[in-house]
Amino acid sequence: MAEPARWTVRVFVPPVARRGEAIEVRALVGHAMETGFRHDHLGAIVPRDIITVFSCRHAGEEVFRVELSPSIAANPFFSFPARAMESGDFVFSWIDGDGRAQEARAPIVVA
Amino acid sequence: MTGRRALLAGAAALPLPVLVRRPARAAPPPPRIAAEVAAAFGGRPVRDGRVSIDLPVIAESGNAVPMTILVDSPMTPADFCRVLHVFNERNPQPHVARFLFGPRMPRAEVSTRIRLAAAQTIYAVAEMSDGGLWAGQADVTLGFAACMDNG
Repeated sequence: MAEPARWTVRVFVPPVARRGEAIEVRALVGHAMETGFRHDHLGAIVPRDIITVFSCRHAGEEVFRVELSPSIAANPFFSFPARAMESGDFVFSWIDGDGRAQEARAPIVVA
Repeated sequence: MTGRRALLAGAAALPLPVLVRRPARAAPPPPRIAAEVAAAFGGRPVRDGRVSIDLPVIAESGNAVPMTILVDSPMTPADFCRVLHVFNERNPQPHVARFLFGPRMPRAEVSTRIRLAAAQTIYAVAEMSDGGLWAGQADVTLGFAACMDNG
């Protein structure tokens, strides 16, 4: 089991939607996405520290997943469309290269 | 008309730069990453089209360049885009991200922000549910690059 992380996360889904409606989902995590290609002032490599996986689930199914590389900018942000299927949560998760993980939820009411 | 006035008149007649979604250019992958792209898909044929990449023509800085990619797919259980692979030409590594689309997505579309170490071409390949591979690409120029050492 991955150990928990303490990243600041912001997630957004519209609070209310009709069943089957296409909604816009947004998720942001505060993370430096250290590339592993930079050097510090003494010339030593700054070790790589990146989020490697982001995923979003809703109504028991994975909606969207990203496998990230250091070419994703700091504070990874994703915006994507999804269908609102049932009242409940959109569940977001982020995992870094060391297995640390964090989860966030955004509730939606489906009429 | 003086030389300078003639130049100004000529500049005024030039079309203004258009800042709208550019259609994906139909072309093979950039030569620098052609081998990586071929290896990623086991040499399967990649056709041009169905993938449009929206990037600024000129990005102020390479640290966080907004990018939206839209794949032309009906996204039905019988016909959908399964994976979108994004490659870059001139960063230290050729991969940007892989996006996995589930059946709950009404459109195969994603927006994010990427790092660019230099002006370059972004190349994206969509893998469809029938196994077909489609590609699009877009060029972006930078004011400042995302630096390796002081970015």
